[in-house]
Order: sequence, then structure tokens, then C-alpha cells
Amino acid sequence: MRSEFIGLYGMVERNWYLIKRYAWWEIAFFFWTAANTLTIVFIAKGVEATGGKVNLDELTTILLIGAVMWSYLGIIFELLIETVAWERWEGTIEYTFMAPLTRAVHLLGTGIFAIGYGIVRAGVVFVAIAAFFGLHMPNANFATALVLIAVASVSFVGIGMMTAVLPLISPEKGTQFGYVAQGLMLVVSGVYYPVTVLPAFMQAIAKISPATYALRGERSAILDGATVSQVWGDIWPMVIIGVVSVPLGIWVFRRGELHAKRHGKLKRSG
Amino acid sequence: MFAVEVHNLRKEFFRRDATRTRGRKRRRRVAALEGVTFTIERGECVAILGQNGSGKSTLVRLLSTLLLPDGGSATIFGHDVVKDSRAVQRLVNRVSVEASFFKKMSSEENLAYAARFYGLPPRVTKTAIPEILGRVGFPVGRRHEGMEHLSRGMQQKVALARALLTSPVLLLLDEPTTGLDPRSKLEVQDFIRDVWASHDATILLCTHDLREAEVLADRVGILDRGRLIALDPPEVLKEQFEAETLEDAFFAATGRTFEEEEDEDAERGVFA
Repeated sequence: MRSEFIGLYGMVERNWYLIKRYAWWEIAFFFWTAANTLTIVFIAKGVEATGGKVNLDELTTILLIGAVMWSYLGIIFELLIETVAWERWEGTIEYTFMAPLTRAVHLLGTGIFAIGYGIVRAGVVFVAIAAFFGLHMPNANFATALVLIAVASVSFVGIGMMTAVLPLISPEKGTQFGYVAQGLMLVVSGVYYPVTVLPAFMQAIAKISPATYALRGERSAILDGATVSQVWGDIWPMVIIGVVSVPLGIWVFRRGELHAKRHGKLKRSG
Repeated sequence: MFAVEVHNLRKEFFRRDATRTRGRKRRRRVAALEGVTFTIERGECVAILGQNGSGKSTLVRLLSTLLLPDGGSATIFGHDVVKDSRAVQRLVNRVSVEASFFKKMSSEENLAYAARFYGLPPRVTKTAIPEILGRVGFPVGRRHEGMEHLSRGMQQKVALARALLTSPVLLLLDEPTTGLDPRSKLEVQDFIRDVWASHDATILLCTHDLREAEVLADRVGILDRGRLIALDPPEVLKEQFEAETLEDAFFAATGRTFEEEEDEDAERGVFA
């Protein structure tokens, strides 16, 4: 058990080293995310400027929450997909997969780092954009918002693990298919609009997406100051999705690993 | 108990042909290893000779649990590589032809990352990494530099350090000196000899360098097109094939000229 914890720490430590070594990439990605968020949040002002009647502060905050959640989810998915893709690119994949480390520890180590790193980066973007627009959010209950993001993160990591298997079974196309899965999840989850505007079949899919509940809960917490008990209806589905998706994600990844070992795909590429 | 016991080991890969049949590329089975059987005693150094595509790397990857065999069995100190892979992973480490590191990370960071997977905490690696880097002849003062700034020879020394840091009892060396300049090659060979003498390590060295095999190994095996056709001490091999050099013995054993073999390798495809 002790060596598993050391292995888990090793995954976190390695990701930290990479962040430090690719510091300029981080700065570039941060500005890209901030610019992207700004363009979305400006839509609220655009609607008002073209004659639409909206509660400007409310719509701006709704869009900001959507954009920040999108970027947070993106960070988790990207880091998990890169668990395999980056190692394959550098050629270290063989050394990592021949080490006596359980796949659960391997993936959870990446997931823990992704949550910590994602919360910091998304949090900085949220504060910066909120300050830029002078948003006050007088009713916001940030404690509830943090509880929601913590619960949502578990299910995001579980689903991210399932997408992380894609580069393992398809070295050339896997990463791209991971992004497709991420995009599909967000389009049905009401990232910038209520889920009710979606066609019926998309609303049905939205019910199994943790992002649906995370976005709705976050908006209640930040706009209306909802407490944890008031957003319980959004928390319990995420708990269930998390409890199912993490072991399922590890199982799917393990199956993918066996497939890769059978077909000789655990090797350098690129 | 043998350090390595391989019995009738088989591995096949599918290969897509360039030509299409009804719009689809045809797939065909190509055998990478065909019924390979051998044993290695504890503390022995065995070299496996073979051209590109002979199945050397496939053998190393099967023993290091990176591939699943299609038939036969392989055990490392009594642990089956498929059924008891975690136990095998604790006993084995390897150095391959490509050093393979996170290029932006330093040698120290890369070694720390590898060591954590074997349960070595920061307080251990803080002293162990400079020590082992010094032993492989790596300038310890450069351990904070990114790997991308190091020469190929330096990177291979770090790869050796990575393998030794985890104290493996079986060291798999897959063409560890290929592509190195003559001086680096000799340094790496000296170090392998030193490790073998000072550790209780068993070594399986896969190479296509006949001289290296003869100098380092107790026994030399000839792997040809996935079949192990001989495994004996170099002198016995020479005697058996009535050859003056190991090179002559190799070609007498395979029965083909080097040029023919290269062409056939291209036909077989170079395996993993």
C-alpha cells in the first residue's frame, strides 16, 4: 500500500515537473482560455446592445460559469487522455507500463493532479473575468460551489479514464476521439443554455452527463446562494455517476491495456 | 529455480499489406517468435544475437510484461509473466535501444519519476540518484539539465541508471549500445560488466553486435526469424559450426548471407 501511495505521488510530481518545464505553454494556454472565455461572456453585452432585454449581470454570470466549467472539464479530459498519448510520444510508455504499479493508482494520480491544477487555473480565469466585467455576485455561496465542483470532479475523472483508453487502443486516432467524447458531453449538458432547449433525445443523454448537474448546481449556488441541501438534487446524481464511472473507467482502461498488450501497441509512436 | 524459463513461446502480429482487396487492405499473420525454448541460470549473462526483425525485441517485451504471448510460457524466478505480472515487474528492468525520456525534464526528474513507480520515496532518491548517476559515469553536476541537451551517449547512461535504480534481479538489455559512438559504447559495456560482477544480477542481452555478445556473455543464442536455433558458449558455437569467428558461426547457423537476410527482414516487417 505504501509503494502505491509513492507511485500516486510520482504521477502528481511528474505532472508538476512538466508544468514547470513547459511554463511558456502554460502561459499561452492560460491567455487562450481567458480570451476564449471573454468572447463568450461578451455575448451577454452583445444581446443587450442589439435590443434584447436581459438581466445583464445574470446572463454574464451564467455564461461565465459555463465557459469556466468547459475549460475545467477540458483540463481534466486533456490530462487524462495525455496519460497515454504524451508517454507514447516521448517513448516512456513502455517503462511506465512495465512498472509494478496498479492502473488504478496510475490513473488516479493523473486525476488528482488534474483536479488540483484545473481548479487553480479555472479559478484564476473565473476571478479575472468576473473582475473584468465588474460582476458582484452578492448572493453567491462559494462553499456550495466548491462542494459541487469536488463531487463533479470525481465523475469527470471517471469518464476521463474511459476516454484515456482511446489513445491506448488507437495510437493514431485515439486522442482525437477523446476530444469528440468531451465535445459531445458538453453539448448536451447545457453549457451556455438551459438543457430544456435541446431536442428530446439530447435531453435524455443530458441526464447521464455529470456536467448537466454540475452546471445547474453551480448556477444555483453562485446566482441564488443555494446551500448544499438546496442543490442536493444535483449532487446525488453526480455521486451515483462518480461511484459507477471511476471503477468502470479503471476496468475499461485495463481492458484496453490488455488489448494493447495482445496487439503490440504499448510502444513509442510519433 | 531458473532466473528465466521460456517454453515454446509464440507471438504473432497482424500486418496490413499495401495492396487492397475489394477496397480493403489485406491483413496477414506474421510470426515474430515461433516456439522459443530456453533457460537462464541465476547470475548468468546470456546474449541473443539476431538481425533486425529476428524477434529479439519481441522476446524482451514479452519478458517485461509489455506483450501477451499467443502460446507457450515464460517465467521469471518462478513467476509467470502473464498470471503473475506484478511480481515479475518488481524483479525486472530494462534498457532499450532508444533511451526514451521526457525530453524537457532533467535526468534527475526522469529518474525520480521512474523510481516512484517502484516505491522509492523522495528521501531515498535524493541521495540515490546522484550516486547512481556518478556510477554510470554521468557528470552529476548536469543532472538538472533537460534531457534534450544531453548527447545520445549521456542519455543512454541515464537509461542505465534508471534500470539500476530499482535494483532489478533480471536486467533486460535490448541493443543498449546501438547508435553510440565507440567510446560511449565501450563505457556502457564496461558498466554492464561492472554491474554484472558487483550485483547479483542476471542479464539477458539482445544485440546484433557479435563482438559485444562474445565479450559480455557466458552463452550466446542465435535467434533467426523467430526461432532460437542455437544457445551455447561462444567457443562451443564456433566448434559446432566449424567457424573461426562468432560471425562465421552466426552465418553458418542461419544458412544465409547478410544481404539475403536484410531483404527477407523487409518482407517480414520489423517487429515491435
